[in-house]
Amino acid sequence: MNQDLFLTWVRSTGLDIALGIFVLGIFWRLIEIYSLGRKRDLAVPRRRAGASGMHTLFRRSLISPRTYGRSAIGYLAGYVFHIGLAVVVLLFAEHIKLIHALTGLSWPGLPSQFIDAAAVVTLAAMLLVLAERINRPVKRFLSNFGDYAAWMLTFLPVLTGYLASRHLLLPYTLMLALHISSAELLLIFIPFTKLVHVFTLWGSRWYQGDANAKKGVAV
Amino acid sequence: MSHQAALGERLAEQGISRRAFLKFCTALASMMALPPGTATAFAEALVKAMRPSVIWLSFQECTGCTESLTRSDSPALEHLIFDMISLDYHHTLQAASGYGAEKSREDAMKSFFGKYLLLVDGSIPMKEGGAYSTIAGRTNLDLLQEAAKGAAAIIAVGTCASFGGIPNAKPNPTGAVPVSDIIRNKPVINLSGCPPIPVVITGVLAHYLTFGGFPELDSLGRPKSFYGETIHDRCYRRPFFDQGKFARTFDDEGARNGWCLFELGCKGPTTHNACATTKWNGGTSFPIESGHGCLGCSEPNFWDAGSFYSALSMPASPLKLTADAAIAGAAIGVAVSVANRIKKRAAKSAHETATIADLEK
Amino acid sequence: MNLQSMPLELEGEEGCSIGSLAALLAEIAARLERLSAGGKGSAIDLRALPFAPQEYEALRGHLGQGEVSVRIDAIGPSEIFETRYPGLWWVTHCNAEGDITSDLLEITHIPEIIKSHPHDIKAGLASFRAQLDREMQ
Repeated sequence: MNQDLFLTWVRSTGLDIALGIFVLGIFWRLIEIYSLGRKRDLAVPRRRAGASGMHTLFRRSLISPRTYGRSAIGYLAGYVFHIGLAVVVLLFAEHIKLIHALTGLSWPGLPSQFIDAAAVVTLAAMLLVLAERINRPVKRFLSNFGDYAAWMLTFLPVLTGYLASRHLLLPYTLMLALHISSAELLLIFIPFTKLVHVFTLWGSRWYQGDANAKKGVAV
Repeated sequence: MSHQAALGERLAEQGISRRAFLKFCTALASMMALPPGTATAFAEALVKAMRPSVIWLSFQECTGCTESLTRSDSPALEHLIFDMISLDYHHTLQAASGYGAEKSREDAMKSFFGKYLLLVDGSIPMKEGGAYSTIAGRTNLDLLQEAAKGAAAIIAVGTCASFGGIPNAKPNPTGAVPVSDIIRNKPVINLSGCPPIPVVITGVLAHYLTFGGFPELDSLGRPKSFYGETIHDRCYRRPFFDQGKFARTFDDEGARNGWCLFELGCKGPTTHNACATTKWNGGTSFPIESGHGCLGCSEPNFWDAGSFYSALSMPASPLKLTADAAIAGAAIGVAVSVANRIKKRAAKSAHETATIADLEK
Repeated sequence: MNLQSMPLELEGEEGCSIGSLAALLAEIAARLERLSAGGKGSAIDLRALPFAPQEYEALRGHLGQGEVSVRIDAIGPSEIFETRYPGLWWVTHCNAEGDITSDLLEITHIPEIIKSHPHDIKAGLASFRAQLDREMQ
């Protein structure tokens, strides 16, 4: 299959299948998780200032001194790559155009030099995070195939996207096709791996905050 | 005119001076990205060249490729190529017709067996035994295979002959295939484009006559000197692309200011051709300069690559699965939840209370 | 609106240089050096080099015009002139419509196309003698 055909396939059938599996998976997982529910808490709820689901949602995004102290580099690198990923995915003009085509939503993007810089920083931070996982004995011990696979699934789209937009390594048509197909691979696996935290972390945080708030503790 | 008269004499007879011919060769050398010094060598070699026989077979085509070559803007210079070859068979350009024309073709092929150049435009249909396109009662497949046997080399002119072109687009009712799918034991060069730029055809013929072979080819069999770069790499609107200045409709301010046409579906980044440098109509302009995005016409399957007005970053066809996938996902989710609840209830009711006695057992 | 009157503004055009001019001038110097030392002549295809618009004009200004200019009419005009630097010639070929078909700098004693070719001289001599014979009769 030549590279032109490959590109056309990933832009049409490939995208259709990947989005289809993604949507199917997300609906399935979210319904499955949230329908499980929790046992009703029959105790009288306590109140405490600064303790609620919403508080925890935001507080968990702040830097926690204890975790920072234990592994500063990995911790900060984690922040950096998440923010970089959001910038690259959501503020690049061509991605916004794609989202607009799929959903009708649109917003202004950043100039491409900023996106380039963000992409490089994201790649560096992700490599740091991987290095941490491999070098810290406990982290390495706890890591399994799923962890490394999730890292690779997230790293490849950023790498191939950067190479495509800078016209590096492979001819543009092929590089673009590889970028789109790596993003589609990521989409397919999000609902079925730990990457589903994109959707579930909000509910988890809120629940933790709410449950503990009812016990009078601010988490 | 006999094949034996060298080109130099023929040109002199037509009042084309050596200097005029040298000018032509200088321009050709420049187009083919050959060093300017080779123009003299080009001219010397071409002038002494014996005119090879050229058979042009037209299959499932629209004649656009021939039109491109013959309607060129500066006829005196570009038509010189016709003086350098002996075009022994060409449906549109030949004066003869019917069985007489077929006989001259057969005679030329026999007399110059192993030495003639075969030019093909149009794709070759394969379904129903090739019945979709026949000439004088013979299928295109048959004619091509016969002509290829005695050909020194084959030039596939246009995207149809190079990659299948429009007949090959979905659903390909005639089973159209390109020349290279059928002929595998002879050198084949693909001059793709719908149509190809005239000087590409002229340049490759001149190169063959001078050097006895084809220029360096890319992975799709196209000469790198014309197809080595993408339109995007040489487009004069590239600064606008780099600055993120895109025209959003064909009549907005961006379009009037000549901004990049990427968002209007320009396939420049994925298309290899010389349009941005060599241009069309004697160097007048090319589609982007006229305000329309590149169609990607020199690439395989460009007809099936999504809308001409849909940017490369957009889906090439509408999504069909998402709505059903959502319903299916919800259904699975509900089904799994119900199954989970049943399991939970069953576990609960199957739960046996343990007593100290059990533990002491 | 016709093509010519459509505004096309490239930002940063003023003073924008992509370095082609400096590189080209250095190349010319090297080739003139070679010619001066008894080496072969050579040519540079200006259409093969990327130029920012004002770099091309700046090149004209740099090279200037010398004493010799030649016009050839052969299926369209060709303008050839020696720049202010002897041995450096600017050759521009046009077709019958006046479009430029080639634009070269030749570093040589005299561009090939100006010289008369031995075959042409022989053919010309033959018809000169024939004319002479006719007038003698």
